[in-house]
Amino acid sequence: MIETRELTRRYGDFTAVDRLTFSVEPGTVLGFLGPNGAGKSTTMKMLTGFLPPTSGTAMIHGHDIRSDSLAARRLIGYLPEGAPLYGELSVLRFLEFAAGTRGFQGREAIARVEQVIDRLELGEVRHQTIETLSKGFKRRVGLAQAILSDPPVLILDEPTDGLDPNQKQQVRRLIRDMAPDKIIVISTHILEEVDALCSRAMIIAHGRLLADDTPAALLARSRYARAVSLATPDLQAAASALSGLDEAGEVEIRRGLVTVFPSGKGDLFRAVSALAEQSAWPVERVQLEAGRMDDVFRTITQQTAREEAA
Amino acid sequence: MRPFDRTLGVLLKRELASYFATPVAYVFIVIFLLMAGAFTFYLGGFYEREIADLQPFFTFHPWLYLFLVPAIGMRLWAEERKSGTIELLLTLPVTAGEAVTAKFLAAWLFIGLALALTFPIWITVNVLGDPDNGVILAGYLGSWLMAGGFLAISACLSAVTRNQVVAFILSVVVCFGFLLSGLPLVLDLFRGWLPQAAVDAIANLSFLGHFDSISRGVVELRDLVYFALVIGFWLTANRIVIELKKAQ
Repeated sequence: MIETRELTRRYGDFTAVDRLTFSVEPGTVLGFLGPNGAGKSTTMKMLTGFLPPTSGTAMIHGHDIRSDSLAARRLIGYLPEGAPLYGELSVLRFLEFAAGTRGFQGREAIARVEQVIDRLELGEVRHQTIETLSKGFKRRVGLAQAILSDPPVLILDEPTDGLDPNQKQQVRRLIRDMAPDKIIVISTHILEEVDALCSRAMIIAHGRLLADDTPAALLARSRYARAVSLATPDLQAAASALSGLDEAGEVEIRRGLVTVFPSGKGDLFRAVSALAEQSAWPVERVQLEAGRMDDVFRTITQQTAREEAA
Repeated sequence: MRPFDRTLGVLLKRELASYFATPVAYVFIVIFLLMAGAFTFYLGGFYEREIADLQPFFTFHPWLYLFLVPAIGMRLWAEERKSGTIELLLTLPVTAGEAVTAKFLAAWLFIGLALALTFPIWITVNVLGDPDNGVILAGYLGSWLMAGGFLAISACLSAVTRNQVVAFILSVVVCFGFLLSGLPLVLDLFRGWLPQAAVDAIANLSFLGHFDSISRGVVELRDLVYFALVIGFWLTANRIVIELKKAQ
């Protein structure tokens, strides 16, 4: 379990992470979500013992990151921001080094290295110098190093940054496969990733925790959740008729669609379909909208910005 | 618990692998050998003296090291900071002490290798005459210890910056101070107003004095302790700098 207590980091007057308190159970893929400079990376640097907190602390399976850092670090696999690597070494040499620092020797070290080379499909570049690799390969070498010892806690700062869509898919699959008995913390600014990968999401801005929920619950906060969109030739007429419905709240026309947001009363989808049928509109398409993560994200982060300005 | 020395071995191996994976190692060794040779034969008058010893060879080592050792030491930490690998290194289950020691030892062994590769000059002097090989061995030992002192200073100063040029210049200046503290140039500054004991203490800090006695074949415990203390002091400072400002 990861437990943080009032974890805080200040740089002079600037507070990068502000009294962050949360706990994470094994079996969780936790996504840190936030604008650039929100404090995601700073939090990760503190969890991995690289950056000492200004105040507060965190426990990694009972080991305090301040007083028992070495024991805490043994339990963590870490992919730092930008995946820094020893560029002059070959992939194989580098991974052998990582295995050595984790205490693996001889046959076991070789087996571990081969296993991650296989899992991250690094076979073709194993003898290549790291600095000559593409961004995608470098990121995967960084990931290979992090998962090599099969640690109970994985902290991955933007694990899919710089990967092409297929590689992204592959890394997400890898993370999902490892998820059941581990704590995995990822940071990302790709919103769909949270939905695709995480069992829990925390929205962080200005160093503060703004929302902490499952992606589904966060999506339900979107105004688009359970809205109904309709494509028909006469959008204006449809819009004015639809706004008369009890079940309908706001109505919007965008990009050839009329979107009706629920008022909270009754079943909007059924009401819209019934009205469309009654009015005999030549309906091309009706769809029930899902919540949109970018909408939730924008609402939550901007709301706080407004509150702060006021 | 893993033993300290195994982690140290892993880190050491990685460091040495990096030397030989880049031109650093080869350039350093070639330049070191060329300059050591040039100093010995042209400035030291190796042949003209017609004495079978390596005194002209060792005499120039302090000046050779003054520039070449900071060149090796400047990258130790500054490069890790610049490339961000310091974050990778120090979040692995290794202590700052292990990392500092491993980096120092790797560089020191490497300089030792360069020094060992000057063996043709030892063969030469043995072919031409009948030198005291005990004195020569002591000279090599003293030279290597002095290189360790320079290296510990350079390693520590490399940790305070991410800029290798700054690290190099700082190291040369501090090393120069340690070299000169035994010469009248420095001592005369203090002689007028400091008690003799303090002046002697400053004179005793000099690398040159301690190196000279070892290279003349007098291996005294106090000279060995002196270099061990200098190395220990600067490596401890190095560890503290890393622990205090690893993320900056």
